[in-house]
Amino acid sequence: MDLSEFAEEIGGDGPITIAGLGTRGGPVDDVRPVMAPGGVEWFRPDEMTVCCGAGTPVDELEDALAVERQTVAIPPTGTVGGALAVGRSGIRRLGYGPVRDTVLQMRFVNAAGEIVKAGGPTVKNVSGFDLCRLLVGSHGTLGFIGDVILRTRPLSRYEQWFTTTSVEPEVLLRELYRPSSILWDGERSWVLLEGHPDDVREQTAAVGLVAGDLPPALPSGGRWSVAPTELRSLVGTGRFVAEVGVGIVHHEHPAPARTVDPAVVELHRRIKQRFDPTGRLNPGVDVLALA
Amino acid sequence: MTDRLVADLVGVLGRRRVHSSEAHRALYRRDASNMEGTTSVVCSPETTAEVQACVQIANRHGVPFVARGSGTGLSGGAVPLDGGIVISLARMTQVLSVDEVVRRAWVQPGVLNLDLSNQVTHLGVHFAPDPSSQQTCSIGGNVANNSGGPHCLAEGVTNSHVIAVKVVLPDGTVTVLGGDDPEPVGYDLRGVFVGSEGMLGIATEVCVKLTQNYPAVRTMLLDYATVADGAATVSSIIADGMVPAAIEMMDQLCLRAVEAYIHAGLPVESAAALLVEVVGLPNDLEAQVARIVEIAEQHHVTSVRVAQDEAERALLWKGRKSAFGAIANIEPDYYLHDTVVPRSKLPEVLDRIYEIAGRHGLQVLNVFHAGDGNLHPLLVYDARVPGTKERVHAAGREIVEASVAAGGVLTGEHGIGLEKRDYMGLMFSDVDLAAQNALRCAFDPEMRSNPGKVLPRPATCADINTMPVPEGAWI
Repeated sequence: MDLSEFAEEIGGDGPITIAGLGTRGGPVDDVRPVMAPGGVEWFRPDEMTVCCGAGTPVDELEDALAVERQTVAIPPTGTVGGALAVGRSGIRRLGYGPVRDTVLQMRFVNAAGEIVKAGGPTVKNVSGFDLCRLLVGSHGTLGFIGDVILRTRPLSRYEQWFTTTSVEPEVLLRELYRPSSILWDGERSWVLLEGHPDDVREQTAAVGLVAGDLPPALPSGGRWSVAPTELRSLVGTGRFVAEVGVGIVHHEHPAPARTVDPAVVELHRRIKQRFDPTGRLNPGVDVLALA
Repeated sequence: MTDRLVADLVGVLGRRRVHSSEAHRALYRRDASNMEGTTSVVCSPETTAEVQACVQIANRHGVPFVARGSGTGLSGGAVPLDGGIVISLARMTQVLSVDEVVRRAWVQPGVLNLDLSNQVTHLGVHFAPDPSSQQTCSIGGNVANNSGGPHCLAEGVTNSHVIAVKVVLPDGTVTVLGGDDPEPVGYDLRGVFVGSEGMLGIATEVCVKLTQNYPAVRTMLLDYATVADGAATVSSIIADGMVPAAIEMMDQLCLRAVEAYIHAGLPVESAAALLVEVVGLPNDLEAQVARIVEIAEQHHVTSVRVAQDEAERALLWKGRKSAFGAIANIEPDYYLHDTVVPRSKLPEVLDRIYEIAGRHGLQVLNVFHAGDGNLHPLLVYDARVPGTKERVHAAGREIVEASVAAGGVLTGEHGIGLEKRDYMGLMFSDVDLAAQNALRCAFDPEMRSNPGKVLPRPATCADINTMPVPEGAWI
């Protein structure tokens, strides 16, 4: 299926929902589902860019990139479009940056069934308003992502997880040079370092880290988003694994409710009204209620 | 009308921070581009509340306003149109707080880019985006334009370094977009605000990410007998899985102009030189330098010069950064362009640029961010010669068209502003532009905040279901 067929299927009226592989909550119940085109269109290792349909499984994309020893900062499982629509980054955000920074260009189908292009194909671009940012994390409420051009990154030549109970996470953050991830459960820290093996060895020796197991299974009761300066306040709230320096907390309990400034609520209302005046895209999904 | 507007602003800011004399207004008619507009009054608030008051007054009087930082923009983004109010943020220069553990700072928008880095350098961090104007450009301007710079190849442009913005929305409401936490609820309004060229409101406080300083740096100059060999080296470095901190290219005319100006021992007989900087931990660094030299040799590099100390490194960078001063020795005026093409298209597009300039009887120098394909053709000319400006504009348009035709984009870091507003159709369809306008209208239905920029006319915020407004009914 190509993009124009996808647009045609979405059409211009009636409630419609977007489906992927169902790993991030799946489509809206009892609404006609559509699936975005899949497959890697092209991959240019010397540009560090790749173009793929939003329906492409993340694993399939990673397999294609690995051939040239590259990767993309999108968390595993599900489809590329699903990962972007939900907008959550993986546990290497500290080193790789947030998922939203990977999108260079996006073509999405709007509520009128038209194809809209946002962004551009080059690694650097400030031409016009950055609608890619708006669509990433919009949960299919403003348009359905059809295909994307993504920024890739080199796979590191060497990586190793380390662990410690004696070095505080703040010290790890201060002393280590650009770790890819630091996880902390209130007692133990796990650190992922990538790069030249000799550099990794020298860094870990300097702070007293020992090579350790992979990080623990992440609690899946709730995904909390807290200021990274506030991680200490998590102690005593239950079982958690926090991303140090980032502020994502994988918690056994659901995230506490958050308040949203009325001005931000109003902007959301107006944006939704402009992009989807009849509320046909993923009806019932309220991005402000998705904590 | 204007008298009452001025009186209202004076009521909030006092006489010394509101300027309506002709001489003063003339100073704010333009930015660093060659475009001009008109303003009725210039005001200089110092707090969020004062910016809010200015915006509320603009709304009450039904006049547009434009926020202005240091005025170093190159695309006319800060040029006031239709006599609107200029709101200068140049007095808002406080670094409000710095968190050294998680490496971020809240700053006012008038803080200068390099000042910020200098103020936090004792903590071992810096603000990564480094436009060539970094000594004078402001953080607020960087936010508005999503500015880049040589070191954005590895670090990303401004959007990747802004965590949250406190803004005065076009209707005068104050709120925070983004937040101290990593996944604020709802749409990424922070993300769309950065780079919106002052059309979605005014940032009055910015939370920026600070980047760890590099433990070690190696800078090298590679020179080539052909531009194509230099460009091929760039592609091969990237394909090999390296992302250097910066890869800059200068062509022969530029090398000669700069050498005559600063005497850095640049290879003036070469067709092109690459300035490559790698940063990081020592073992990785040495491996990268060795590999880059190997790749350069495969592409027939003429000579390799690795800076032996900080002084030599500074000299090489001075060569790169003084290009714009150096060209004054060639001709009195220049027009600096900014487009991006895929790296692999650099040789082909550079050939086209030489051909276009030659056909229009103009000299062109190229000094640019080769690592991300971000071209900066610099057309040098003498505006006193009749007909020259027209030739410069005609050549400029052809360069932009050639870049887009090669799979590139209109601008990599300068922004659309007024300069490229009417080129947007080269890259975007009417449907694409309507979607961008929908975002703008959601933030600014009255079209008060820097109207007339980015989106080609006529772009209106009429209700979605009504007929298009007839031509001439703009604002």
